[in-house]
Amino acid sequence: MNTIALGVDRARYETKIYFRQGDTIFFTFLFPIVMLSIFSVAFSSAGKYGTNPDGSGGITAAAFYLPGMIAAGILLSGIQNLAVDIAMERSDGTLKRLGGTPLPVVSYFIGKFGQVLVTSLLQIALLILIAHFAFGVALPTEAAKWGTLAWVYLLGITTSAVLGIALSRVPRTGKSATAVIIPIVLVLQFISGVYLQFSLLPTWLQNIASVFPLKWMAQGMRYVFLPDTFSKVEQGSTWNLGTIALVLAIWLVGGLIAARLTFRWIRKDS
Amino acid sequence: MTSTQISSTGTQSAGGDTHVSVQDLRKTYGSFAAVDGITFDIERGETFALLGPNGAGKSTTIEILEGYRDRTSGTASVLGVDPQHGGIDWKSRLGIVLQSTGESGNVSVQEQLSHFARLYPNPRDVDEVIAAVGLTEKAKTRIKSLSGGQRRRVDVALGVIGRPELLFLDEPTTGFDPEARREFWELIRSLKREGTTILLTTHYLDEAAQLSDRAGVIAGGKLIDIGKIDELGAADARIPVVRWTDQNGTHEERTLEPAGVVARLYASLGAEPQGLEVIRPSLEDIYLELVSAYEKTTDVKSTEKELS
Repeated sequence: MNTIALGVDRARYETKIYFRQGDTIFFTFLFPIVMLSIFSVAFSSAGKYGTNPDGSGGITAAAFYLPGMIAAGILLSGIQNLAVDIAMERSDGTLKRLGGTPLPVVSYFIGKFGQVLVTSLLQIALLILIAHFAFGVALPTEAAKWGTLAWVYLLGITTSAVLGIALSRVPRTGKSATAVIIPIVLVLQFISGVYLQFSLLPTWLQNIASVFPLKWMAQGMRYVFLPDTFSKVEQGSTWNLGTIALVLAIWLVGGLIAARLTFRWIRKDS
Repeated sequence: MTSTQISSTGTQSAGGDTHVSVQDLRKTYGSFAAVDGITFDIERGETFALLGPNGAGKSTTIEILEGYRDRTSGTASVLGVDPQHGGIDWKSRLGIVLQSTGESGNVSVQEQLSHFARLYPNPRDVDEVIAAVGLTEKAKTRIKSLSGGQRRRVDVALGVIGRPELLFLDEPTTGFDPEARREFWELIRSLKREGTTILLTTHYLDEAAQLSDRAGVIAGGKLIDIGKIDELGAADARIPVVRWTDQNGTHEERTLEPAGVVARLYASLGAEPQGLEVIRPSLEDIYLELVSAYEKTTDVKSTEKELS
C-alpha cells in the first residue's frame, strides 16, 4: 500500500477512535456548540448588536457570536486536539509502537489531518445548522461569501493542525498535555474576539492578538456571516481579507517547519 | 572474562546468514555505562535469549537493535542494516514486542490487528493470528477492557502480524498465567518452525530453556556468559546431584555418573533408598550462580578501588 492510501486508512482509523473518546468529544468537538448555545440564550434579551442610531436593524446574539465560535472550533479541532492527542500518544507508547512498524511518518500525518478535517467539518456544519434552525441566524446568500468561508476554513484548519503537531512537543508528559495546551488556546480565544467583542478590546491587546492566527480566522468568519456594515468596527474599518490570508500562510509555513524539525516517533534517550 | 574472549569462543560468524551482529556495543549516559562492550551474533532461524537482572542492560541492548536508541560506540547490524539508519523496508521485516505499554485501547482486538496488517507488505491472516494468541472470543472486545495478560497477547499478535523475519520479544509473557505461557510457547515454536529468528528477553529461566537455542547472560552492562542453553555456566555448575534420605538425614552427592551412584547405593542398602532424586541443575540454578559470581567479583573490585 502506498503512503497516501495508508494515510487515508489511518484517517479512517483515527476518526473512529476520536469519536470513542468522551473527553475530546466534549472539550474539542461540542465545546463551541455549547458556548454558542449559552451565549445565544444568555444574551438573547440584551438587545441587538450593531443597531442603527435610531435603534433599528442589528443582529441577534446568536448571529453575532457564530463567526467567533466557528473560528474557535477550527482552532480547537486543530491545535488543541492534535497537540494533546499526539503528546498522549507519545507518552502512552502508541508512537513508539508505530515507530517500530513500516508506517511512513507522512501517512501518520495524513491520518491526523484527515481526522481533523472530518471532525472539524462536522463540527462547523453542526454549528451553522444549530445557529440557523435553533436560533434563526440568517445565512449568507452570495456564493462569494461561501467561497471565502471555504478558503478561510481550509487555510485555518491546515495551519491549526500543523501548529498542533508542532506544539505536541511542548508537554513533557501525556498527563500534563491538557494543562499545558488548554490555557494557551483559552487565552487566545479571549483576546481574539471569540468570547469578547474584538472591537471593544484596548488597542494594545488587539495588536497582540493580531500576531496570532485566531484573530484573523475570526475576522474572516465575521466577513462571511456578519452584515457588511460591521466592517466599520474592524481594525482599519475594513475586512482586510488579504492580510488574513497572509498571516495564516506565514503561520502555516512556520508551523510546517517546526513540525518537520521537531517530530520524532519517540523521545530518544529519555 | 572479557567480551572478546566470549566472542571468539561463544559465537560462530556465518556471513549473510547472520541476522544480528553486535560488536563491542556500548551505550553510556553521562558516566554510567548501561551497555558496556557487548559482542554477540544471532544466526538466521535461531532463537536467542538475553538473560540478566533488572537494569543489567537487556532492554537498552534490544532497543538499540530495534532502532529506538542510538549507540554510543561499537557496531551493530540487524538484517544487514545499521539499526540507527533502518528505513521503512527494514522495519517491514521486523516484528517488535516492546515491554508493556499503556495505550488507551479504544479499538477492538480485530480492528487494531486489521489496521496493523495493512502496514506490512505480506501480513499474516488476522483471524489466524488472533486464534494463535488465544483471543478469538475477545476479537470484538475493546482492548482497554482486556486483562493485563490478554493485552500482552495483543502485543505479541501485533509483533507477528507482519510475518517478520526477525522478532524481538522483550519480556513477552509478563502477566501470563501458566496455561497462557504454555500456549505462548507453542506459538513461538510454530514461528521457529517457519524459520523466524527470535531475540527474547525474559525473567523466566524455564521459558528461556524451553524456547531458545542459545542464551547470553548480561550483568552490569557486560556479557558474562554466552552459549548453548545446556552449555551455559562453568562445567562443574552443571554436574548433577544425587539426593536421598536415611536415618542420619539427607545426603547429597555431586557426580558425573549419577546412575552409578544410585546403583552402588542400591547395592549397599539392599533396598530402595528413601526420597531418591537425581537433580540436574536447572538453567535458573546456573544463571543465579553466574550472576552472583559476577556480583561478587565486581564487589571485590569496587572495594579494592575504594581502598587504594
